[in-house]
Amino acid sequence: MRSNRLLKRHLIGFDTVFGQLIYVFFEEGEVMPAVRGDGMRGLAVFISDIRNCKSKEAEIKRINKELANIRSKFKGDKTLDGYQKKKYVCKLLFIFLLGHDIDFGHMEAVNLLSSNKYSEKQIGYLFISVLVNTNSELIKLIIQSIKNDLASRNPIHVNLALQCIANIGSREMAEAFGNDIPKLLVSGTSQEIIPGGEWTSRIIHLLNDQHMGVVTAATSLIDALVKKNPEEYKGCVGLAVSRLSRIVTASYTDLQDYTYYFVPAPWLSVKLLRLLQNYTPPAEDPGVRGRLNECLETILNKAQEPPKSKKVQHSNAKNAVLFEAISLIIHNDSEANLLVRACNQLGQFLSNRETNLRYLALESMCHLATSEFSHEAVKKHQEVVILSMKMEKDVSVRQQAVDLLYAMCDKTNAEEIVQEMLNYLETADYSIREEMVLKVAILAEKYATDYTWYVDVILNLIRIAGDYVSEEVWYRVIQIVINRDEVQGYAAKTVFEALQAPACHENMVKVGGYILGEFGNLIAGDQRSSPTVQFQLLHSKYHLCSPMTRALLLSTYIKFINLFPEIRTQVQEVFKQHSNLRSADAELQQRASEYLQLSIIASSDVLATVLEEMPAFPERESSILAVLKKKKPGRVPENEIKENKSPTPVANNHTNDVNNSSAVSGDLLGLSTPPTSQPNSGNTGVLLDVLGDIYSTTTNNKNSSQYNHKKFICKNNGVLFENDLIQIGVKSEFRNNLGRLGLFYGNKTSVPLQNFVPTLKWPEEQTNKLNVQVKPVEPVLEAGAQIQQMFNAECIDDYTDAPSIALSFLYNNVSHKITIPLPITLNKFFEPTEMNGESFFARWKNLGSTNQQRSQKIFKASGQMDLAAARNKIIGFGMQLLDGIDPNPDNFVCAGIIHMRTQQVGCLLRLEPNKNAQMYRLTVRSSKESVSVEICELLADQF
Amino acid sequence: MQFMLLFSRQGKLRLQKWYNAHPDKLKKKITRELITTILARKPKMCSFLEWRDLKIVYKRYASLYFCCAIEQDDNELLTLEIIHRYVELLDKYFGSVCELDIIFNFEKAYFILDELLLGGEIQETSKKNVLKAIAAQDLLQEEETPQGFFDDHGLG
Repeated sequence: MRSNRLLKRHLIGFDTVFGQLIYVFFEEGEVMPAVRGDGMRGLAVFISDIRNCKSKEAEIKRINKELANIRSKFKGDKTLDGYQKKKYVCKLLFIFLLGHDIDFGHMEAVNLLSSNKYSEKQIGYLFISVLVNTNSELIKLIIQSIKNDLASRNPIHVNLALQCIANIGSREMAEAFGNDIPKLLVSGTSQEIIPGGEWTSRIIHLLNDQHMGVVTAATSLIDALVKKNPEEYKGCVGLAVSRLSRIVTASYTDLQDYTYYFVPAPWLSVKLLRLLQNYTPPAEDPGVRGRLNECLETILNKAQEPPKSKKVQHSNAKNAVLFEAISLIIHNDSEANLLVRACNQLGQFLSNRETNLRYLALESMCHLATSEFSHEAVKKHQEVVILSMKMEKDVSVRQQAVDLLYAMCDKTNAEEIVQEMLNYLETADYSIREEMVLKVAILAEKYATDYTWYVDVILNLIRIAGDYVSEEVWYRVIQIVINRDEVQGYAAKTVFEALQAPACHENMVKVGGYILGEFGNLIAGDQRSSPTVQFQLLHSKYHLCSPMTRALLLSTYIKFINLFPEIRTQVQEVFKQHSNLRSADAELQQRASEYLQLSIIASSDVLATVLEEMPAFPERESSILAVLKKKKPGRVPENEIKENKSPTPVANNHTNDVNNSSAVSGDLLGLSTPPTSQPNSGNTGVLLDVLGDIYSTTTNNKNSSQYNHKKFICKNNGVLFENDLIQIGVKSEFRNNLGRLGLFYGNKTSVPLQNFVPTLKWPEEQTNKLNVQVKPVEPVLEAGAQIQQMFNAECIDDYTDAPSIALSFLYNNVSHKITIPLPITLNKFFEPTEMNGESFFARWKNLGSTNQQRSQKIFKASGQMDLAAARNKIIGFGMQLLDGIDPNPDNFVCAGIIHMRTQQVGCLLRLEPNKNAQMYRLTVRSSKESVSVEICELLADQF
Repeated sequence: MQFMLLFSRQGKLRLQKWYNAHPDKLKKKITRELITTILARKPKMCSFLEWRDLKIVYKRYASLYFCCAIEQDDNELLTLEIIHRYVELLDKYFGSVCELDIIFNFEKAYFILDELLLGGEIQETSKKNVLKAIAAQDLLQEEETPQGFFDDHGLG
């Protein structure tokens, strides 16, 4: 049984990644391995039983037997001792890990948390960390237990609690322990109060801690804090550089157990290098910058040294640090020398025998290709990269090579790279074809100096990978041909030749039909492509095509009548055939009969006007790019050389980070999806008109701009506003009298929105009650882009109504204005308050003594009375819903405290639904009349 | 790190550690998807793959696959070494660890992992320190566990 140990002892150190280790199936009746620790024999026996089951059915039977047993033990009269509880909870855990659902035992696990015995507590914590989010009703109990452990004088209990919080880290926990944990961190057990500034300083000085484990963990914390507040934690830069410098210059014996396979503290090094990537440039102080550059150089130098060990762990750890250093160098994008050295180093990796290194080198080079300092250096490796694309055995590596070729492509090498990509496309993996087609199409358009080349490339794309050529790609080639006189004749000739292939892709028929319909006359002089020949060639494909293509071809035919009056009767014959029942598709019938009539009635002048050549399309950014971005939201390969960042301090990186992270969270709201370049958006629309609305794949006319700010009284996140041009999402959070709100403006169109200015509307006299601060945004919202605007709000005194945002921008030079109320209403500053029935009624009575303190409204239900929905709204409103207090179970009673800078106002609320009358009665009582009135106002419209 | 999965060559899940909350259904779906994807890959292939908006880093040790999901800007190579360090720790603790040890002592495997990673971030990279912490845990347990005849007949 020991033969299939994970590490072969004599093999440790050799390449165990793919070391072919002996593999032995477990035979039945296997020997149980020694059980370590306190050894729960019952558990081991159970696991053994399960493993000896000969079939899935037997296993399920055994498990059900065990579950029944445990259930009866838990329910039984005999109280179980801690050890037994622990054992059963462990069995449940094992059953869960086998993939079975566990629907009981949570309570017993939670009980274990309050045991005094470490081993029992630990199992309790393990259980909730594996299973907790399945049973959230227990969360309050769990939090209470953790609270007790945190306050325990036994440090190992405190540790268990901390570990649990760190690993689960739910919102509820953050709220419950947000105050306690920082105290533990900086002041140990004493009750010392730390002033704000000193707190920051203490945290960043953890980077100097003696204990490397502490520094390693602290760096992650500082990284997270910096991402939230880069200015405040700026002091960490110098400390991080010093620490890094000490590590990279250390000999591997210096750091003892923190040296990993001869590499000094690789994990800490990588964390520090990551931390520094939060700042642009990472160090403003020239001295610090100098030291950082020295570190980076040392790391690059070390890469050239002979390895200290042949073990893969050594090279992995060493290269991990190297790659992170290169990431930082790319992030800085200011030291030409370092960038070029990094590029050369990666170039060496391109032919390394380790697949992993080749993969990472290709990936990292993609970023180098976008820097103007290293773009040329990357290009030197073109041949090797092309070979990688063709020869790598692993598709994910080939994919990286394609990405890199795309990124390194410019005017000088475009023809060669596009040709190589086309060649490769013939045999490329299906999984990457579509993306490659897009890339080829983009590169060919972007770097075309001669548009005949561009036309050839796109027609080749259709020939080689027609199935993967999306609408956007073939729409685009038609737009370009129509806009460029010089290429029209060539396009007609080439597409005519391509159509002569016995089997050609339907996309080719579409492009051919469209182009010949417009420019067939340019090649009609040649007998081999006379009007009749063109017409017959196209019509020979007609029956093999889908209705959409047929419709397009019918349009081509009517255009032919205008271009070539001599084949009019031939064409009319075809229209006649398809204008009746023989054509199963109603749209085709209609088109055929209308075109037929048009060709019969209209004079040649009218025909010439109606069927005139298409006007030029407005020049715009290629819609294909948007499709590519959409395909790869996490990782948009770039083909754009950035301007170098001058060494002058620009702390813009933070905003980038915020945008990135918000894009991820924004996904939940469906905000970060780039605008779909639907056929009806702008430039492609004209083409579709030719085909008729019936075939357009999207429903137009979704012109309704809708927003309902009222519903945001009871929720914090969601889509606040949306119309055809823009989507505005909101995310907000409130704590005490402070609130943070982010608006996400998403441009749904394919053009930038200019003069984009959101202005806060909040009357002057209200600002001393609610102070709102707005971060400005860029005046241009790029096509398909999303930007975030942050608002900070502080409630000083109670107020009515809410601020709003007036947004103005230009879309295609037309000015638009939108005003939306912001969801910062008074109730957002509620803190829910738990209380029992007795104290609730006592206060209720107390506050009702004068009329000034209460406010009441009676109103009709807005729709069907839905108490479950009402309940959710009330919970979202921010007060604590108190169940079991009101004798009538349908009534809702709530309690909460509104936090303002100047005071706190306690508030009680009662909502009584009257089902018969379909009416509600809402009563609010608080110690301040204006508050009662406003709270009543806010909530009254909700039901 | 977002999560770590250990599974056998037969596709049986041996250990799962999630650092982000997901509904059970989604966890099962993710697990199934990744196990199938990784088992289908040939040796000598790259240990990294792009998956949804995350990166997957995996490595096989004998009959067991160790698979981690990390964010876009996390370091792939060092994640491989986190896996290796974990295997080394298991190996040292169990003495020539094999899959069976992890099955029968899954709770220990969790405890060791918790000493190494905290909230998905590596916290203690020293092998000595982790093993010391685990040894201290064992000691506590032994002190607490009654070692009598009658306590456990293996018939729970």
